[in-house]
Amino acid sequence: MRRRLDPWRIGIYALLTLFALLFLVPVYVLLSSSLKTFVEVEDLSRLWSLPSGLHLESFRSAWFGIPSKGLRGLSQNLLNSVYLTVPATIISSVIGSLNGYVLAKWRFRGANVIFPVMLFGMFIPYQSILIPLTQTLATIGLGGTIWGLILVHVVYGIPITTLIFRNYYAEIPTDLIEAASIDGAGIMGTYLRVLFPLSLPGFVVVIIWQFTNIWNEFLFAVSILQKPALQPITVALRNLSGSQIQEWNMIMAGTLIAAIPTLLIYVLMGRYFIRGLLAGSVKG
Amino acid sequence: MSHVRRERWIAFFILLPSILLIALFVYGFIAWTGVVSLSQWDTVMPDYRWAGLENFRRLFEQAQGVAARRFAIDLWNTLFFTILFLLLCVGVGLLLAILLDQKVKGEGVFRTIYLFPMALSFVVTGVVWQWIFAPGTANYPRGVNALLHGLGLDALRWKWYTDTSGIGPFHKALIPVILAAAWQLIGYTMAMYLAGLRGIPEELREAARVDGASEVGIYRHIVMPILQPITLSALIILGHTSLKIFDLIYTMTGAGPAFATDVPGIFMFETTFQGNHYAQGAAISIIMLVLVALVIVPYLVSTFRREVQL
Repeated sequence: MRRRLDPWRIGIYALLTLFALLFLVPVYVLLSSSLKTFVEVEDLSRLWSLPSGLHLESFRSAWFGIPSKGLRGLSQNLLNSVYLTVPATIISSVIGSLNGYVLAKWRFRGANVIFPVMLFGMFIPYQSILIPLTQTLATIGLGGTIWGLILVHVVYGIPITTLIFRNYYAEIPTDLIEAASIDGAGIMGTYLRVLFPLSLPGFVVVIIWQFTNIWNEFLFAVSILQKPALQPITVALRNLSGSQIQEWNMIMAGTLIAAIPTLLIYVLMGRYFIRGLLAGSVKG
Repeated sequence: MSHVRRERWIAFFILLPSILLIALFVYGFIAWTGVVSLSQWDTVMPDYRWAGLENFRRLFEQAQGVAARRFAIDLWNTLFFTILFLLLCVGVGLLLAILLDQKVKGEGVFRTIYLFPMALSFVVTGVVWQWIFAPGTANYPRGVNALLHGLGLDALRWKWYTDTSGIGPFHKALIPVILAAAWQLIGYTMAMYLAGLRGIPEELREAARVDGASEVGIYRHIVMPILQPITLSALIILGHTSLKIFDLIYTMTGAGPAFATDVPGIFMFETTFQGNHYAQGAAISIIMLVLVALVIVPYLVSTFRREVQL
């Protein structure tokens, strides 16, 4: 078979490959540094070279910490992230589903005002509510607790989860709802019998979106949780990288540990991840 | 009460808790922050005595010394950060989307590579890029400087995000931070543009080809006008993100030497939660909110007005 050497096509592939390599530089840094020993990672003449072998001691340090240097391990923080992210994701997805159903199928007067007013909540800089938020959480006894942070993520997750579900349900034919209604099903009956069974793809998109966002979140977590033992992994990681002693192999291993859950979801369920991504740009 | 009317009430009651929560946690808290910004609250203990606009005035004071001018520096940094970050995201994102739209082999692999940073935390991005652009010292270069040293390109070494020099009010130290942010979010614009390109029916391009249009002409006169609303959405979404950016810069560089990489988000956080100057922090956050609202409110209004017409 004769291969056509079209310079235009070669250029396209060359550019795509060049950008791909540039995008992967941080991955190389992460992997190579985390597989080095401490002596090796501090050898400035070999900063960018491959590790001399598969040294996993950095992962051990990142997980258990280095008590002799006063460095905490991240295992507890990883668990905290799970305790935080899983309930917050589930609760906010269910709320979003109910809200989205009501807004898409039971349009009542004022809904066209209420919805955008609600959506504004997902764009605000959270700094502008942070002071009242920390005060309020302290007043209701949830200050400095993971439950407090769960509540925060549920509340501020309402706009985006409602938006995604509303757009998702808008695609489902209203005839189905009306048929159920004629059969005597009430609003909740229709939801449970008709909508909910059709909601799986919507839930996948929302769950992935919320899980990723809450897992990765930093500002709320660092403002609300002061106790190192309660902080999620993003906060613990930033404390580690911002500390005086910079054990770069340990930091990079910790970074990988923090990144792996959301990366795995992205690699396995990228299609749904992208749908959530594009839904966030409010195509009303 | 009719069946339908009763159902509508139930529908309203399903929505009610969310409406109340948003009313309190978004609008109530914003109003509360507004009150704090006008108060004298300057320690850990709340103090709601009236201060008028003093906290805002202090932010714009033309005083001597970098610390006094911190907010002005922050606004300049935000301006330059936003412009360059948006240019990179839109420019490179569009380029990658068009390249991927040329029926390339391995499109899925390329797409996955360009988009994976979106799945990461800004903290993760900040840590890795902190390492990459760490300048080290003259004799012990780190990061990119070590690479340049190894290649014999010492002339190109500079202090990256620790550099305090600039061109007018533009701090060169922002460049590494902008690159890190663009690395994370270029995939977003690429995905938006790619979705837009895939929505253009092939017949439309085919018809133009039949009419004798060149490939470049097709892009200029058919594809680009169709993609224009996507560019607007991308500019608004990413623009408002950059106005409130915090995690990435806080992790990667912090405020930086002489506030070279400082932004209002960091200023607010440090002032409030490390300095306990609550009223001052509230004032900063109110200004951030106004800036974001100027971008977002028209966007939401136009989006929903269009929808009502449909």
